[in-house]
Amino acid sequence: MKSGDVLRFAAGAAAGYPLRTALMMLAMSIGVAAVVVLTALGDGARRYVVREFSSLGSNLVIVLPGRSGTGGFNPANAITNTTRDLTVGDARALLRAPSVLRTAPITIGTSEATFEGNLRDVTVVGTTADYLEIRRMGVGQGRFLPTDDESHTAPVAVIGTKIRDELFGAKPALGQMIRVGDRRFRVIGVLAQSGQGLGMNADEVVVIPVGAAQAMFNTNTLFRIMVEAKNRADIEPARSETLEIIKARHGNEEDVTVITQDAVLATFDRILGVLTFGVGGIAAISLAVAGILVMNVMLVAVTQRTGEIGLMKALGAPAATIRNAFLTEATLLSIAGAVIGYLIGEGGAFVLRSLYPTLPAYPPNWAIFAAIGTAVSTGLLFGVMPARRAAQLDPVEALMKR
Amino acid sequence: MALIELSGIERVFTLGDSEVHALHALDLAIEAGEYVAIMGPSGSGKSTLLNLLGLLDRPNAGHYRLEGRDVTTLTANEQARVRRERIGFVFQSFHLVPRLTAAENVALPMTLAGIPAPERNARVAEALEAFGLADRADHRPDQLSGGQRQRVAIARATIMRPALILADEPTGNLDRATGDEVIRLLEELNGAGVTLVVVTHDASIGARARRRVAMEDGCKVRDES
Repeated sequence: MKSGDVLRFAAGAAAGYPLRTALMMLAMSIGVAAVVVLTALGDGARRYVVREFSSLGSNLVIVLPGRSGTGGFNPANAITNTTRDLTVGDARALLRAPSVLRTAPITIGTSEATFEGNLRDVTVVGTTADYLEIRRMGVGQGRFLPTDDESHTAPVAVIGTKIRDELFGAKPALGQMIRVGDRRFRVIGVLAQSGQGLGMNADEVVVIPVGAAQAMFNTNTLFRIMVEAKNRADIEPARSETLEIIKARHGNEEDVTVITQDAVLATFDRILGVLTFGVGGIAAISLAVAGILVMNVMLVAVTQRTGEIGLMKALGAPAATIRNAFLTEATLLSIAGAVIGYLIGEGGAFVLRSLYPTLPAYPPNWAIFAAIGTAVSTGLLFGVMPARRAAQLDPVEALMKR
Repeated sequence: MALIELSGIERVFTLGDSEVHALHALDLAIEAGEYVAIMGPSGSGKSTLLNLLGLLDRPNAGHYRLEGRDVTTLTANEQARVRRERIGFVFQSFHLVPRLTAAENVALPMTLAGIPAPERNARVAEALEAFGLADRADHRPDQLSGGQRQRVAIARATIMRPALILADEPTGNLDRATGDEVIRLLEELNGAGVTLVVVTHDASIGARARRRVAMEDGCKVRDES
């Protein structure tokens, strides 16, 4: 029997029993659609997180006060567990490192901002001029913090667009004095609108010089030092140099934690990647179930068509021809189901993207290939047994059934 | 050389504990071009004999020579090839594939044999014309009358130009007039040189055959010309 004829015969047989065919394709398509939608969701979450991290700025090395990691109890811990302050001087000293392009010390707190009776809770960020570049932010109006060292305590502020809208409404904000906590600041700039950033909305902050912020919150230590390496290849050297310099400045004691954005990103990427994989795997169970249904339906088909199989044998079809015809039928149905499921899955991902525009819910390519591949191979695998049974039917008995 | 030579054929079925001898010590020779009716009551072994002749079943003992070749020792695939090329079947219940049209049903043996579509179509058109079914080519079996169905089945049985046609109660599901028409069709084929073996318990059909083999309890009890 020619392969084209086998294909046409199998397609005809599938079309001859619409309900059975539809059921089998439904099961297959649900399985594939589940894999596509769920991996789209998982991968979308991963991409979302990666993008949010990237919006933090690139080539970043972040210095946190305190040593992270656990070492159990040892006598040294008891003596040296005090953490030295991370200071503005440390941030400035890091500029000596050859791999470091710029640094920005950060102090963060919350306070109230008022202007002419309008009052609002704000996040106060105390930092220096380089913060703007490191965070890849822009200034919409006016200018950012001054660059000279003396101004670390100058009473000037740069505010987010939302703060401006809520405090000033339509009135001009530049040059006005606002009160933040118990101090007065002159508004010298408004940040460009940036939208949501991870953990902190840049539209709802008031940026003031780091010295002013430390005085306001009555602290000497910094919340973070953000360090930007000269380029991507310099991230790792910048990390070790930073650690080296801080250690030297802190009495040869490693009392800070230095993390790279890449490391954090890679961790999130890995966690969410595994999650996507796991979710896809769970969805793939439905494909296995679909495979069993394929077997069931094909067994019914063999029983239903026993007379026909007997006839084909009488007409001189060898066992292999009959087996191929049934295998082809199972495979055709699986492929059709997988394609329909893929389309449903893409549709579902599209609906997800429409509902949550920030979530880039695209199914990853590996998941599409895996889903369709698994569907077709389970169809084939579970089609083998019914096809063999059909091929091995005794022609005399098969012909007696009608 | 006879077309069919059966010698010492035994066919035993095991039903529970008891053994049933469907065929016992059967010798039979049929020459090419003969018209043989195999007759007998149900359970006499005539259907089993037909299945053996059609290579759908194997004897427990004895030899079956078809065109001088011992076919009992062939593998399943070789037997399938012999069925495909040398034997045509006509069944009581027609055995047409319900989802295929009359033309596709007639073409099925050639499709299974891997004959390319253009040649198939030409031969099918020719056969349908010859059996007066040209205007029924695209009808499905459930759109055909009983007589038309059996004619489609006969067209299918002859499409591979077999040497032997085995008909199992070919008129069993037909009324007298249509049955006669089908028998006449088979006799015409026989007249053209095809060996025809008809299994029937209808005496009037048996009477038309040039040779009658009567079966009883798995044995040949009468063989008359």
